[in-house]
Amino acid sequence: MSSQDTSSQKNNPVIKCESVYKIFGENAEKMLQEANGNVDAQVFQDAGCVVGVNSASFEVYKGEMLVVMGLSGSGKSTLLRCISRLTEATSGSIFIEGEDLLALSGKELIELRRNKMGMVFQSFALLPHKTVLENIAFPLQVKGNKLKDAMTRAKEMVDLVGLTGRENYFPRQLSGGQQQRVGIARSLAVEPDIWFLDEPFSALDPLIRKEMQDEFLRLQGVLNKTILFVTHDFDEALRLADRIAIMKDGIIEQLDVPANIVLNPATEYVRKFTEEVPREKVLKIESVMDPVNSSEELSDLKVSKDAIIETVAEAVLNEDKPVAVVDENDKVVGTLHYSKVIHMLFGEIPQQEEKH
Amino acid sequence: MHYLTKHPKLIQFGILLIVFFALMSMTGEYAGYLELRDGFSNKVESGKIQAVASFSDSVSMILRGQLPPQFIRIPEMHFYNPVISGSIGYLLTMLFIIAGLSFKNYYSASKDGRVLVSSWFKKNWNKLSIYVFTGIFGGLFIAPTLFTWIFLEPTTFSFWDMPGIIHHFARFLMFDFWPVEVYDPDIEEYEFSAMIKEITRGFSRSILFIIDLIREVLLGGIKTIVAFTSWDFISANRWAKWPALPWTVVSATAIMVGYALKGWRLAFLAAFATIYIAFFGAWEPAMMTLSLIFVAAPVSFISGLTLGVLAFKSPATEKVLWPILNITQTMPHFSYLIPVGVFFGIGDHAGCIATIIFATPPMIRLTLLGLKKVSPEVVEAGMMSGCNNYQLLFKVLIPSARFDILIGVNQVIMQCLAMAVISSFIGAKGLGWYLLLAINNLWVGAALQLGICIVLIAVVLDKFSLAWANKQTDYFAELPFMQRHKYSLFFLVILFAGILLAYIGSFIFKGDINYLYQIPYNKGFSMADTFQAGIDWFLKTFFWSLQGFNKWFIVDVLLPMRASYLAMPVIATFTLLMGVGYIIGGIRSALVVGGFLLFISLTEWWDRALITSYTATVCVLVSGVVGVTVGTLSASNARASKIVLLVCDTFQTLPSFIYLIPVIILFGITDTSVVIAMIVYATVPATRYTIEGLRSVPQDMHDAGSMSGVNRIQRLIKIEYPLAFPHIMLGLNQTLIFALFMVVIGALIGTEGLGQGILESLSNKQGIGKGLMLGFCIAFIGLLFDHLIQTWASKRRKLLGIG
Repeated sequence: MSSQDTSSQKNNPVIKCESVYKIFGENAEKMLQEANGNVDAQVFQDAGCVVGVNSASFEVYKGEMLVVMGLSGSGKSTLLRCISRLTEATSGSIFIEGEDLLALSGKELIELRRNKMGMVFQSFALLPHKTVLENIAFPLQVKGNKLKDAMTRAKEMVDLVGLTGRENYFPRQLSGGQQQRVGIARSLAVEPDIWFLDEPFSALDPLIRKEMQDEFLRLQGVLNKTILFVTHDFDEALRLADRIAIMKDGIIEQLDVPANIVLNPATEYVRKFTEEVPREKVLKIESVMDPVNSSEELSDLKVSKDAIIETVAEAVLNEDKPVAVVDENDKVVGTLHYSKVIHMLFGEIPQQEEKH
Repeated sequence: MHYLTKHPKLIQFGILLIVFFALMSMTGEYAGYLELRDGFSNKVESGKIQAVASFSDSVSMILRGQLPPQFIRIPEMHFYNPVISGSIGYLLTMLFIIAGLSFKNYYSASKDGRVLVSSWFKKNWNKLSIYVFTGIFGGLFIAPTLFTWIFLEPTTFSFWDMPGIIHHFARFLMFDFWPVEVYDPDIEEYEFSAMIKEITRGFSRSILFIIDLIREVLLGGIKTIVAFTSWDFISANRWAKWPALPWTVVSATAIMVGYALKGWRLAFLAAFATIYIAFFGAWEPAMMTLSLIFVAAPVSFISGLTLGVLAFKSPATEKVLWPILNITQTMPHFSYLIPVGVFFGIGDHAGCIATIIFATPPMIRLTLLGLKKVSPEVVEAGMMSGCNNYQLLFKVLIPSARFDILIGVNQVIMQCLAMAVISSFIGAKGLGWYLLLAINNLWVGAALQLGICIVLIAVVLDKFSLAWANKQTDYFAELPFMQRHKYSLFFLVILFAGILLAYIGSFIFKGDINYLYQIPYNKGFSMADTFQAGIDWFLKTFFWSLQGFNKWFIVDVLLPMRASYLAMPVIATFTLLMGVGYIIGGIRSALVVGGFLLFISLTEWWDRALITSYTATVCVLVSGVVGVTVGTLSASNARASKIVLLVCDTFQTLPSFIYLIPVIILFGITDTSVVIAMIVYATVPATRYTIEGLRSVPQDMHDAGSMSGVNRIQRLIKIEYPLAFPHIMLGLNQTLIFALFMVVIGALIGTEGLGQGILESLSNKQGIGKGLMLGFCIAFIGLLFDHLIQTWASKRRKLLGIG
């Protein structure tokens, strides 16, 4: 989803974090007050504290998927747990649909979780003593729904995630991928507005992971939830995200759309991730096109500005002349010469050709 | 040499051993007195030996290579009395301490700005309660004690008087502390009574009521009706008698439940057990025992679960609970009986309460273990599903920890049966009571017959609870009414048929005992005579070979070992054990070990403790060798290990008392009997842990070894043993604890150790102090080695990166 789509909703983000800190350790609060917003991880570590999240501020809008990417220990899961309030943030404020999350009482928090939040866990976290159907119905039963309604709804969810016929299996009788389907179904059973996913596919084999990502994109296409997705896999982040936040040592190093992260890494750390990334698989035509030059003669081929380069590369390379780039209203917004595509695919060589 | 420099601990250990044996050889002129139990202290008492040599004498004795007497045995020690005082000065001290601590805290909190007192209080109230406690303890206890010791003439007490002090304290609690006015319906007046006594009495009464209720459902009676009416009502209305369930109904119900839980095999087991018990005339005592278990087991389960959950929720509770659990689980069963007797009296309720106290600790431990194993993500999933605290506990945490909790239930039932016999010492009726009678009178045949009954009940309850634990409910089956309630309906049929049978029986056995209704004790068949004849024949045939072994074992093994233990000067024992503690766990372990030892050595039962330790040592050595060998041999084969583990399971279900029966048959009332019983009983954990340890060595390791070209022996010695060793050591730890339990029970047929003392104190009105102190002594021997082994094993495990 591009930034234009969400611009109309900019005023009321679903999740809003303002300088959220999470510091583990005994005197965390006091130390944080003394640091005056200038938290140095090393200083805190010497004092026996561990900095989990360091001044995180961002917003997530309705229907958007924000992927938080970072290596283990970067604080990404801690950030997620602060926002779901599984751990209490040390300082800062978090707003869920404008409501101050940290000010909620225990009861209100439970109400919020029962109705608006769903979460998927890395290790699936299914209840071992309940069957697939019971696991999925669990949030509904906890909420106090009638047994029959809960089971009917759970059955729908089983069908949605493609586990039909395995309702009465116990978690231990399922493969990892199937268990995570149950986890996903459970988190969606109460029809939450906000969907938290904590490294949901990390424990799965690469092939299954790909399959589950496709499944996940399909589901999101249908459901259009507001999503906070945590992963340590940069490729996964690129594949799924509307925007990516890259974390290191509790600090959000960069928060941007995938294309910008790949093209303009903000720090050395982010650059390391982006170096190996095949750009044609990430970037859209829009980010490499030239402005319209009326004197130029265009070929008959038209490509959408939102198309990923890889998908149209072959067609563009077959054209001698630059191709026209159009937006959704079929209006020409730019041009693309095949040399640009070669540049994208093979790096430096075409650039030298351009110079002469 | 290179090997030694790489292992400095070996050198340390070598030096320690040299010092130890040097000290052992320095008993010199006292050596002759040490071989008898209390030989040395008797000589001191009769004035033949000075208890303490003066300093210069001591030095010259040591220079001559002779330990002074106070290093041989610690004499009776006198300590200054601690003082508790609430006079105005100490009250002020207390307030001063509380105010000072609070002010210090408030000051450091308000350093960077003003803090409201109310908000400070809200945040620090738990610290404040600690301050209050410190204030009371320091102001009213430490301060007056120090003051008296330094400035005034303090009174003293002897450590040997501790039993008396405990006894008087218990009496004070029971009769004088916190007097309240209580209405006595018999004399229709108010009178003073102690609060604690009233509480324990009320508790006893309610427990007794429930036991009687269950007992009368099974056996019939009038006590329950009396409880709601009066004795006059009973004598006026002869019909007011609760009828018993015919034994056929109970038996058939047990069979049905067995079938419902796990099919025909369990049903067959239940049938065999119930019919055996009924036919051999043990129905009545068996039902009495059962009624006690049916109260003790649920109460232990609920309190164990509750305390386990509390310990899980609050680390402070866990910290407090842990040492208590350690002590209660190493104290011999008998030691519980005396305080229970003092506080709750004698009778079925007392037996039940002793059983509850004994069966709860393993439940707490297993609950805690299970809850800790629940993955944090599962808890988070529960929270994100919107669980409140109650739902989180009962729908997420406890079900997820189900496996360990149900093992706990199983343990509770087993412990209850183990106590069934022992609690008969304080008046619990049932199988145990008759068994004890039979053993005391050496009716071996009858004892065997009753023993089999207890074993059968144990096995049936064990299998039932395990089957129930593994049972899964079919959640989605939509069955018609008849199907859903088929077992309840079937029970009604059984009930009706049983009553009908009993009614018919009343015509068949006119005026005589109605065998289709109830079979009173000893009115069934009896195989006791047959058993006895068989035993007599066996003894006659094998008398000389048994006797030969017995004599050899006593003269050549037990007596020399016992003498060498008794010949050990106190200082040598301290040096050896504290030295080992230092080598294993540093100064901390040395101090812990020293503390346990000090307690035992300050009592007057050091010689008894040495005898107990020697018996336990013989047992641990033999059990260890046998257990590890059997375990190693069977661990290489999956089938064999399964069979051996099954045997271990069966042996563990047997109440410890049962082990005495066959050994008495074989070896009579001798030390050999006790040692053999201990060895059989304690070999079980050694075998089990060896198998578990060896089989938990990962397959990768085996493969890596095979690829390096090791043969079987090399693989065992170089790969499997080192990896499994920590676990095997934990098994030996359990072996020791089992041995210590058995050594006390063995006192029933005569050993001279600590156990005998506990038994003596059981029949003594003022025995509470002695019994508890002796119990602590045994617990501390167990905890001492437990500490050494656990410390070593956990270090070793960390080193190997397992567990």
